[in-house]
Amino acid sequence: MVKTFKTGGVHPAGNKISAGKAIEELPLPKTVNIPVAQHIGAPAAPVVAKGDKVKTGQVIARSSGFVSANIHSSASGTVVKIENIYDSSGYPKTGIVIAVEGDEWLETIDRSTALKADFDLDSKAITDKIMEAGIVGLGGATFPTHVKLMPPPGMKAEVLIINGVECEPYLTADHRLMLEKGAEIVVGARLLMKALNVEKAVIGVENNKPDAIKNLQEIIKDDNRISVMPLHVKYPQGGEKQLIKAVTGREVPSGALPIAVGAVVSNVGTVFAVYEAVQKNKPLFERVVTVTGKSLSNPSNFKVRIGTAIGELIEAAGGLPEDTGKIISGGPMMGKAVATTEVAVTKGTSGILIMKEDESHRRPMENCIRCARCVSVCPMGLEPFFLMTVSEKQLWDKAEENRIMDCIECGSCSFTCPANRPLLDYIRLGKSKVGALIRSRKK
Amino acid sequence: MNKLLTISPSPHVHATDSVNKIMYRVILALVPALIWSVVVFGLDAVRVTLVSVISCVAFEFVIQKYILKVTPKISDGSAVITGILLAFNVPASLPWWIIVIGALAAIGVGKMSFGGLGNNPFNPALVGRVFLLISFPVQMTSWPALHAVDGTTTATPLALLKEGIKNGQPVHDLMSKLPQVSDLFYGNIPGSMGEISALMLLIGLAYMLWRKVITWHIPVGVLGTIFIFQGILWLVNPDHFIEPAFYLLTGGAMLGAIFMATDMVTSPMNPRGQIIFAVGIGVITVLIRNFGSYPEGISFAILIMNAFTPLINAYVKPKRFGGNK
Repeated sequence: MVKTFKTGGVHPAGNKISAGKAIEELPLPKTVNIPVAQHIGAPAAPVVAKGDKVKTGQVIARSSGFVSANIHSSASGTVVKIENIYDSSGYPKTGIVIAVEGDEWLETIDRSTALKADFDLDSKAITDKIMEAGIVGLGGATFPTHVKLMPPPGMKAEVLIINGVECEPYLTADHRLMLEKGAEIVVGARLLMKALNVEKAVIGVENNKPDAIKNLQEIIKDDNRISVMPLHVKYPQGGEKQLIKAVTGREVPSGALPIAVGAVVSNVGTVFAVYEAVQKNKPLFERVVTVTGKSLSNPSNFKVRIGTAIGELIEAAGGLPEDTGKIISGGPMMGKAVATTEVAVTKGTSGILIMKEDESHRRPMENCIRCARCVSVCPMGLEPFFLMTVSEKQLWDKAEENRIMDCIECGSCSFTCPANRPLLDYIRLGKSKVGALIRSRKK
Repeated sequence: MNKLLTISPSPHVHATDSVNKIMYRVILALVPALIWSVVVFGLDAVRVTLVSVISCVAFEFVIQKYILKVTPKISDGSAVITGILLAFNVPASLPWWIIVIGALAAIGVGKMSFGGLGNNPFNPALVGRVFLLISFPVQMTSWPALHAVDGTTTATPLALLKEGIKNGQPVHDLMSKLPQVSDLFYGNIPGSMGEISALMLLIGLAYMLWRKVITWHIPVGVLGTIFIFQGILWLVNPDHFIEPAFYLLTGGAMLGAIFMATDMVTSPMNPRGQIIFAVGIGVITVLIRNFGSYPEGISFAILIMNAFTPLINAYVKPKRFGGNK
């Protein structure tokens, strides 16, 4: 019986057209635009100034609090300016612009590609290296990983769950990583297990990646602390709470963190970055990005330096098609539509999806027919039609009572609604208002 | 790149379902019963259905355009469904002008006065049907004999039973005078156009379940409750109460459970609420049938439970992830 999460879920078309493409390294761009806020928490503070020369892997902005992360240069060259740049959020953010000159790496980084499986560090040393390397969740949420490794007092991790689910349609970066860097991922898993002091790790992978499942199972066959769990293909299985439910059977309570049920979840890309950081002293300055879309001539998976304009990736994938209507950073269910191809790749960019003009527009909204499909697909057991109505009418207390803050913004409701109602738009509005009210209450 | 890119919030893809598709699937599910009614009642069935559907669609259009002054939208198929269901709830011999009045009540009062599709608290076809039943009781309870050519009328099995029981005849005697269970199942009995053939209605149910138009909770809940509640009464006094299986196949129980109670707009919006709703309908139906003065109670039962739907929605919530605190 293949495991899954019980409540809700939808089945968008998979469209994993780039699954067979091995990861290619993209050539260096001429400039990199590196935002100082690529993570949840306080933006990092720049430690370089205009005119400074930097090396690949050098710290250019420092974490400014516990929930924050370091930012490293992804190329060598000269700092041109520190100014507002646009990222996929659409809002201007402080960024460090570097004119690329060559590719000189910090001497401390081990550039060899041989697998380094042994390690002799204790939990604190591993966590410190991860923090220094600026590692954040590469699944898209970009939560600073070192914070996850330091549970609040009284809470202890029991299991490390590695998220190889990749439930968003079109995205295949994690799939390729599991196929090509499976051994490194397993070492990264062991490092995290040591850091967390747990004796059990489960790698969750959706059933549409049988080759990855087989590869990982082969690699871990002699380690009885780690197992691979194939999962039923259903969106949003890759959602942290849904993954914990499928793997452990436990539900994270409303408002609580996964550690409350003894689980720590980490994306395979993050685990790979942990391996590189701890074993090779390599900070996080590049990642795998899927570039895909039905009209692209060469859908691919590229290894890209942070700060590269997405236009470069699109060029390498065959160029922007004539019939492009929308460019999405991320997947089609939760990704953000961007305004230009100058937006830079950041730590949270998992994919660039080109949508055709005829797929880019919403259908007109109709009356709610109270079919309750939105209720039946919501993975959090909420009532999207109701949350939309109370958000429209600004009844924030009703919204809070009906658990609007539990919404994970997966988009299953809007995806399903036969009347094309913008359910998630209103829920997001409600969440921002209710969130502000809750924060002002705490003061 | 010269062209502007589209920016909209996620999600950027959509399932292929639409309101139109759902409505047309319901209409398709009604076709077997529709065909059967024509087989049994002939051209009368065609006449009644056409008058009902055309009136419903016309009233919706006229009210939207001239009274509400909005862009008329009749293409979603919902008025057609109301028209077919209204036709299914009346005798095939009903005069055309009564049908038109029924359509006005169903669409005008039952639907448009509340704001159109999605806003009505009561099932529009039932509003129309009950309005007609109370206003034109004689015409609404004169059932044409099967394959009748000369307009002879007869009584439905439920009506016969009700009369008989009231007159003190034991059920066992009455049952022998009534159609066989197989007749009831296939539909060789007098009654409203749409309610007579359990088989045709069940085919419609199977189609709707397969296409995921509705879930099993309401039909099974209604029929199950009728069966169990009537079963208890029958076990207590078999001379006075009809056996439950027979009960399910007569009257509007099947039509009501499968097509009327399951109307999305007027039923609760999560499985637990739907079961409560269905059980309420079943209980009230059995009460009216056995202890009320009407032989058939499901129309009233559904309308009464429709009134409770907002309350059920307010208090019976779906199971929240992480626990219902």
